Parts: sequence; C-alpha cells; structure tokens
Amino acid sequence: MRIAFLAALIGAAAIAGSTAQMHADEAALGAAAEGLKSSNFRLKGEAIDQIAAEGSAQAQAVLRALLDGRLYITRATDQVVIAADGAQTPAITGAATGADLGSADKSDLKRIIINNQMRGSLNTALARMSLRAPDAAARVAAVESLFDSLNPDTVAMLREAEAAERDHSVLHALRTALALVDLESTNPADRRDALETLSGSMHADVRNRLVARLGDGADGAPIEPDADLRATTTAAVARIDRARRIYGLVETAFFGLSLGFVLVLAATGLAITFGVMGVINMAHGELMMLGAYATWCVQQLMPDNLEWSLVAAVPVAFLVAALAGIAIERGVVRFLYGRPLETLLATFGISLVLQQAVRSIFSPLNRAVATPGWMSGQWVINDALAITYNRLYIILFSIAVFLTLVAILRFTALGLQVRAVAQNRNMARAMGVRGGWIDAITFGLGSGVAGLAGVALSQLTNVGPNLGQSHIVDSFMVVVFGGVGNLWGTLVAGVSLGVANKFLEPFAGAVLAKILVLVFIILFIQRRPRGLFPQRGRAAEA
Amino acid sequence: MLAALRERYPLADVIVLGALAALVIAVPILNLVVPTDSPLHISTFTVTLLGKYLCYATLALSVDLVWGYCGILTLGHGAFFALGGYAMGMYLMRQIGDRGVYGNPLLPDFMVFLNWPELPWYWWGFSSFPFAMAMVVAVPGLLALVFGWFAFRSRVTGVYLSIITQALTYALLLAFFRNEMGFGGNNGLTDFKDILGFNLQADGTRVALFVVTAIVLALSYVGCRAICASRYGRVVVAIRDAEDRARFLGYRVENFKLWIFVASAIVAGIAGALYVPQVGIINPSEFAPLSSIELVIWVAIGGRSSLYGAIAGALLVNYAKTQFTSFMPEAWLFVLGAMFVLGTLFLPNGIVGLGRRWAK
Amino acid sequence: MSALLALDLDEATAADEPQPGAKDVLHGSILYLEGITVSFDGFRALDDLSLYIERGELRCIIGPNGAGKSTMMDVITGKTRPDLGSAIFDRNTDLLNLSEPEIAAAGIGRKFQKPTVFEQLPVFVNLELAMRANKGVWATLFARLSGEQRDRIDAVLHTIGLIENRDLHAGALSHGQKQWLEIGMLLMQEPRLMLVDEPVAGMTHQETERTAELLVSLAGERSVVVVEHDMEFVRSIARRVTVLHEGRVLAEGSMDTVQNDPKVIEVYLGA
Repeated sequence: MRIAFLAALIGAAAIAGSTAQMHADEAALGAAAEGLKSSNFRLKGEAIDQIAAEGSAQAQAVLRALLDGRLYITRATDQVVIAADGAQTPAITGAATGADLGSADKSDLKRIIINNQMRGSLNTALARMSLRAPDAAARVAAVESLFDSLNPDTVAMLREAEAAERDHSVLHALRTALALVDLESTNPADRRDALETLSGSMHADVRNRLVARLGDGADGAPIEPDADLRATTTAAVARIDRARRIYGLVETAFFGLSLGFVLVLAATGLAITFGVMGVINMAHGELMMLGAYATWCVQQLMPDNLEWSLVAAVPVAFLVAALAGIAIERGVVRFLYGRPLETLLATFGISLVLQQAVRSIFSPLNRAVATPGWMSGQWVINDALAITYNRLYIILFSIAVFLTLVAILRFTALGLQVRAVAQNRNMARAMGVRGGWIDAITFGLGSGVAGLAGVALSQLTNVGPNLGQSHIVDSFMVVVFGGVGNLWGTLVAGVSLGVANKFLEPFAGAVLAKILVLVFIILFIQRRPRGLFPQRGRAAEA
Repeated sequence: MLAALRERYPLADVIVLGALAALVIAVPILNLVVPTDSPLHISTFTVTLLGKYLCYATLALSVDLVWGYCGILTLGHGAFFALGGYAMGMYLMRQIGDRGVYGNPLLPDFMVFLNWPELPWYWWGFSSFPFAMAMVVAVPGLLALVFGWFAFRSRVTGVYLSIITQALTYALLLAFFRNEMGFGGNNGLTDFKDILGFNLQADGTRVALFVVTAIVLALSYVGCRAICASRYGRVVVAIRDAEDRARFLGYRVENFKLWIFVASAIVAGIAGALYVPQVGIINPSEFAPLSSIELVIWVAIGGRSSLYGAIAGALLVNYAKTQFTSFMPEAWLFVLGAMFVLGTLFLPNGIVGLGRRWAK
Repeated sequence: MSALLALDLDEATAADEPQPGAKDVLHGSILYLEGITVSFDGFRALDDLSLYIERGELRCIIGPNGAGKSTMMDVITGKTRPDLGSAIFDRNTDLLNLSEPEIAAAGIGRKFQKPTVFEQLPVFVNLELAMRANKGVWATLFARLSGEQRDRIDAVLHTIGLIENRDLHAGALSHGQKQWLEIGMLLMQEPRLMLVDEPVAGMTHQETERTAELLVSLAGERSVVVVEHDMEFVRSIARRVTVLHEGRVLAEGSMDTVQNDPKVIEVYLGA
C-alpha cells in the first residue's frame, strides 16, 4: 500500500518534471519565433538559427510551415501561428505551443515571407534536424533530400552524421551522398573511389549525376578530364542501368503476380460454380460487390477498431455472399439445370437487380474502405524496388483461400460429394448423395469465395455498384483459359494472365495491354476450346 | 383455297408488313400535314423515338437469326450495331466540314483538339456516302467473318461462344475508349449537321429517316423470312437441334453457322447506321457488354423462335424502358432484371410462345 | 496377314490400280480398319482393332457394353481420331484425313444409338435435309425440290410407315417412329456403307421384323454394318457376325460358329 503510494508520488513528480521541461521548451521556442515577426531578413535569419537550435518536433513543424508559406501572424492578437493548409479559412495552431486555435479567415492573417537565402538555410536546417530523427527511414529520406543541395555546410553536416550513424541503410545513403561530393574533387583518386561507391547505388539522382559527368562543360571540354575515369563512369552508369532494369523487372513481376492473384481470387469462386457445377453465374461479379460492401459496413460498425475490422470482415463477407448465392441457387438456378444459356440470362438479370439494390440502398457513389495501418505503406528493399504491403497481403490471402478450397474439395466428405455430383448427378443420387443440398452448398461455397474476393478488392479499388461488372469478363476469361473444371488451371491461368498483362503495359499502355490479352484469349479458346488443362475422356465429349 | 392462301401469306407476315406499311404512310402525314395543334399530330420527337424503336427491332431481328434459329447465344451483337453506327457517324462527321467549333475544314473537331496532324488513313473516303454505306455493310460483316471463321471451325459452342462474343465487344469497348484510336474516344462522334445535304434537325429529314428505317426493317424481315424458309434455313435449325446429326448428313456445320452469323452482323450494322443520324450521337457505350446482353432479353421476351416475336419484344421492352426511365428511373433495372429472371423461368418461348399456348 | 494387307493397300493407294495378288481382297472390300487404337486417359477403348467389310455384305457386330462398338463407329465417321492405325474406305479414300461431312459425302451413313432426328422440323423436312444432294451453303439457299425428289421422299415415307405423319414435328413421334425416321434419313442419303447402331431398340416385335426385312433387302446393293444387342434379331439377319471385346475382335464367323466359340461363351456368360 505504502509502496504503491510512493510509486504514485514518484510518477506524479516525474510527470510534473517533464511538463515543466515542456513549458521551458515552449518558452524558448516562443521567444525565438517572436524574432520572425521582424521585417528585417537578417533578424529573421537569426531567428531561424535559434529555432533550428531548439531541435524539437514543434520547432521542425514551425520551420516546415515557414518554408511552405503557412506561417502567419494574426492581425488581431499578433501571435505567430501555423495554418493547416492554403484554404480560405484554414485551421490554425500556435507556433510555439502547437495548441489548437480554431480557424481564422485569411484576411485576418499576415504571412511571414522569406527570401531565397533563407529558403536555402531552412532546407539545410530541416535536413539537419531530420538527420537526427529517431526513425532510420526518415534519416535515409533526409540524406537523399540533400543529394541536390550539396554544399560545404551540408557536407560538414553529413560527415558529422556519418561519424555518429550506426544504421546500415543510413550509412549507405550517407556514403553515397559523400561520394557524390567527391565526384567533383580535383583529385582523380578521390573521384575513382567515389565512382567505386556510386556504381553500387541504384538511386535515380546518382545515375543522373553520373550521366551529367559524361557531358561537356561550358568551355566545351569534357567535365571529366581523365579518359580512364570517363570509361569507368560509363561502366558505372551501365551497371546502375542494368541493376535498375533487373529490379524493374522484379517489380513488374510482382505487380503482375498481385494482379494475377486478384484474378485468381475472383475466378476461383467462378471455377467452382461454372467448372464444377456447369452453371454460368453472371451475378458472380455482384457477389464480389456484396463482399466489398460487407467490408465497408463492418468498418462503419467498428470505427474505433480499424486494425481489426478487415479481419472481422472476412467471415462476414463470406457469409453474406454465400447466403446470397444459396438464395440464387434455390430460387432460380436449380430450375434451369441443363440449360446453361438460360441460366446465363437469368443470373444476369439477378446481377442487374443486385446492382440497382446497392445503388438504392448505399447511393450510386463510390464508398471508400479504409486501409488498416498494417496493410499500408511499403517494404523498401532498395532504391529501385519497393513492395506495397496491401498487394503482398492480398497475394498471401489469395493463396490461402485457394489452398483451403482445394483442400475442402479433395479431403472432406463434402468435397467428395461435390465431385461425385459434378461427374454424374444421377449416379451420385443413386448412391445416396442429396443432389439438391450439395448443389446449394457448392453454389454457396463458390459465392462465398466471391465475397472474399470482394474483401480483397475493397483494398485495391473503389467500392461501388459497378465493381462487379468490371471484373466479370476477366474472371470468365481466366476460368475458360485455364480449362473448365480444373482449379489448378484457374490458378495458372490467373497468374499468367496477370503477369502477361503487367509486362505488356510498359510497351502498350494499360488499355491496349488488356485488349491484347483479351484478343489472345479469344484466339486461344478458338485453337483449344477446352482451355489450358482440358478434362479428357468420354465424359468431356458429351 | 383459304388454307393455301394462308400458307402462302402467313398471318404474322401480313400483320408485320401491314403495320410497317401503315406507319410509312401515316407517320409522314400526321407529322408534316396535320397541323401542330391537332390532337392527331405526331411530334418530331415521337417520330424520332419511333425510328429508334424500329432500329432496335431490326437489331433484335439480327439477334434472333443467330440465337433463335441457329442456337448461338451472342452476347456481343451490340458490337456490330456500333460498328455500323460508327461508319455512319464518320460520314456525318465529314459532312460537318468547316462548320465545327474549330472551323477546321480538314479535321473533325476532336482531332483538332487532340492535335492530330492529319486525317488518319482509315478516315479516308468517308466523305463519300456510297463508300460509307459500303463500310456499314463491310466492317461488321468482315469482323463477323473473321471471328466466326475462327470460332466455328474450332467448334467453340454454347456458353464458351457466348463468353468470347462478350469478350469481343468488351475488347472493342476498351479500344474505342482510347483517344489514340481516332474515333473520338470517350465522347464518340456527335454534333452532326446534315446527311446528303439535308439538315438533320429538319422535320422532313427526320420523317424521311423514319420512313427509310421502316422500309429497311420490312426488307430485313422479308430477307430473314426468306433465309429461314429456304433449305439453308432448315439446315440451320437442324444444326441447332442436333449438330452432330447435321454433320453426319454431310453438312459443313461451320460454314452454315458462319454465313448466318455474317448475315446477322450485316443486318445489325445497318440498324446501327440508321440509328446514329436519328439519335445524333455514337459513342463507345454501345459496345458495353450490358447493351449487348440487353438485346438478348428483347428477343427472349418477344419469343426467340419467331422473327415477329423478336420485333414485338424489342418494341415492348424499349417502350417500357422509355416509360420507366422517365417516370421512375430507379425501378428500371429492377424491372429489366425481373424480365431476365421471370422470362427465362416462365416464358421459355416469350410472349409468342404464350400466345401459341393460349391459342391451343 | 495384316502386314501383308497394309503393304498391298499402300501400293493400291499409290497406284490406284491394285496389284494382281491383292486384287480380290481390295475389290471385294469396301472398308478396312487396320490396327486402330483409341485411348481415353489411358483407357484403351479400341486396342489394335482390325476389321474388313465386304462389298454388299450385311455384317452384325455384337459385344458387351464397353467393348468399343460405338467408338469404332465414331472412328469410321470421323468423330474420333484414332491414336494409331488406318481406315480406308472404298479402295483409296483415307477416312482419317476427312471431316465428318466429307466422310458422309464419300458415301458413309450412320444411324445413332440414341435416335437423333431434328425434333423441331417436320418429318418431311427431316428426310429432305438427309437427301443426297449438293449440301453447300449457296446450293441449299436456293434449293427447290423437284417433283422427282418429292416422289422419292414420299416413297421413303411409305417404306418407313410415316406417310401419315409427314407434316408432324419429329419431336412428336414415338421412340420407335424416331428410329424409323432415322433409318429413312439413312435411306435418303443413299450411302454405299450404312452403319446402323441398335436399330430395333424400343420397337415392337412387328416393327423389328420389318426392320430385319428392310436391312436384308438393302444388303447386296449397299454394305450394311449393324450393331445390336438383340440376339434374336441378329440371328434373323446375320450371315457373318463379329464379336468385339475390350476393343478387339474376339471372334468372327457365322452366328453358329460364334455362339459355340468358348472365348465368346466365357465373355458373355462370365464362366
């Protein structure tokens, strides 16, 4: 009891202490900021140096606002304030305290103006502050922002930082920056060392710098006097280009894979209803749309828990789409077995009804589904290659869904019955399989997977009433290309079409790439009407 | 005697052709001769609307030819309609001459806007009306020929064929959206001024276009009837019922399918060409898979095993669409969706089938 | 023997005029199947099958289910392409290079196991479409029936007993009537070789007898191959019977010889 009390006391004291420290910081920053009110640029320059010396996050915010032209003096109270944006009545905060001061009309504010020299020192000051940022990635970004403004000041700063730096990636960036400086050195040996360092970089600025070194100076003589070093520079540029090209290919392949797995996810459900049951479900895209809307609804229901809402949406979207699918099967499709063209038309009608229903209930406008923190951002592998987390997670999700389905079909009693009905409906019925029930469950399963695809799509595109329509043709292409009735075919077809699409894009543009892929499939189906992996045998002939 | 007469001139034919003849005579009189304040007067707006319906009816006829008679469910017939429409639209664009917004005598407005240096080669010749009309027939016909040659030879059938026809029109949709294609991109071709020197806005021109459309529909109907009544038409129905049997009797099934597909595409193209001057615009949305699949439901509702059923279905569904989209636009897609579902479930042979069942 | 025959055949096709030694065989036969092998997913539906049909012969083919009877028909009519083997019709027509319509035009007609007629078309039109004529697109578009052709169709309608039903849609016929209609279509085709798959299934006793008479009367003028399960029927028409089993010829000869063959008894009775 007593110990607890003591602990509480110490805690309170610590908090009081840190609050006191904060107040002191604010006072110093406030005093420095007062200097910015001067109309004398020299005094303003000194104020900037003082603020920079403070080094706190708030000081950084003030300098950033000054650089961006968002630092104002209120005409009424003569306070230095930061405006949030360039709006007519921006929200404002106190420069020294960061306290929320509501909003003010622009006519009540006087902007603090800066000249070019101040702009330079602001840039340097901000970079210097960022170089001390706790986050390594921020420090790398700070170093890279200095690539364009290397002068004796910044170089000294970089050398200082290099001595203190422990993080590998930041050190790499620092050495690259210093090598860029050495590139201008009069000593050929320094230049040679710099080239050595730079040829391992993949940064676009570095490459441009090296290319610039190969040109001629204002006097007509080559910038790089040493012929041998010119050759080395050319080789370094070639090496950088090669590395960037390879990583570019890797990145394209990754984009292709991510598109491919989205296609697989969208088409897997179709592969079950179309491939296993022989039912053309034109409302499949709208079931994906339902899944996406279910995701949006779940997020609306748990606004405080964005991180988990996406996880919670997975089962909800599956169930919503599956139930809708079962309703479609029981209500319409089961009366049309053996009449595939009629099924196609009827389910198309259902898709129209679903679209309009969503339009009437949720409005025709697109809904934005938020991306949770763990899915946003990217994994930076090097200067030329970064992988966005949302695409990575969607690939993993797609693989997981696909494998689960394969496992269900192969290893469970339900899967056995589904395959039995698919092969020979009458025989399966004779063996005691309840055909109608299996049909409903299979259709529900395929539809549920469409719902899961909707969850994934909500992270990639706008959620709107047309979401399904824009994916249905692609999904059919994947199933038909892969070979009907073959889940693995769907996988191979989806991934290869996705990758092909992305590799065509740089040459042909996005739309033309898509057209080329469509034309390819049209021609392919005509050469091999049963797809990549056809079902063979007498059953397939009928 | 009466029976023989009936066999020679079936009731349905008499009704269809009689109704069209009545329209051809009555509409011009009611619009141009009867004074505006008379209750019998038909406004030019209504004339154009009727003309649009008749274009749709012609299009439905073409879909029925391949789906109803040959069993090929095409989900891409809108593409042929749109291509015919674009060919006509290109002629109409050339007719504008230097009266466009930019006043450029050589280039259509959208090309000036997009900084095209010169007229692309595929626009050459479209100043000539006969050439444009030849293209109205040739372009959809050739596309159908090439597509069908590949598809039918490799025996792509059933839903696979439906899906690739859909992919065909989808690919064209994407292509025509691109500005680089030189067909006006997203906005398509519009702001037409006149056709063969006649002002497109004039009542007389509108009425004339309507009359031409009605005559074309009548000719298409007679032509399709002739095809269906010939031995060729019977072979086509035979192929629909038992493709293998027809093959073992010595018929080259792929050729029979191919030529009926081509004929149908040409009829669709002509319908498109008549549609464009009446509505005053052609844009890529005509290629949308949704538009193509909507045609199928016209035929399904009307009755797909008879040509007059297709015409009736097109008129009925489009009349309903006009009414709904002006009075309760929210409900239209519900109604259309319900037509698809209920039509396939309860009216396998459409209204015509229902009528036949009642007659029995 | 088969090697010798294959050799002779090659020469025959090359020179069109057969070698003297092979003359009898070649001139006497209308269909050669030689070493035909068809497999579906590893299952051999036909396994090195060889079969020779004489000109004007009426041959019956029997065998248990899955013996490969229908697959054999499919190979002859071009529906299924064999993995191995050769199929020659009428001395020098290589069936394996032809499509179904070309094979039909060459003079081979087929009746399916399941009666397949054009259900939405009248009986008369069914026969009209089957009629031997130019079957090209243009020819059919402008085709008109001559009086002679009309008479011929009526004659066949009489033969198959459907003259009363000439304007009825084929879909409205009974199962037996459809069988007859399909036989009628075969007659209209005037083929030199008729392949008839289970012609009497679903027929009354009386109808069966008439079918037997018809087939027997056709033989001589044409060659007829009948696949049938009904042993009584086979006995009533067959001079020569081939027994298929597991894609091969198990036995061949007169009905009596075949019935007394121990291998056949084993297959049929499972002894």
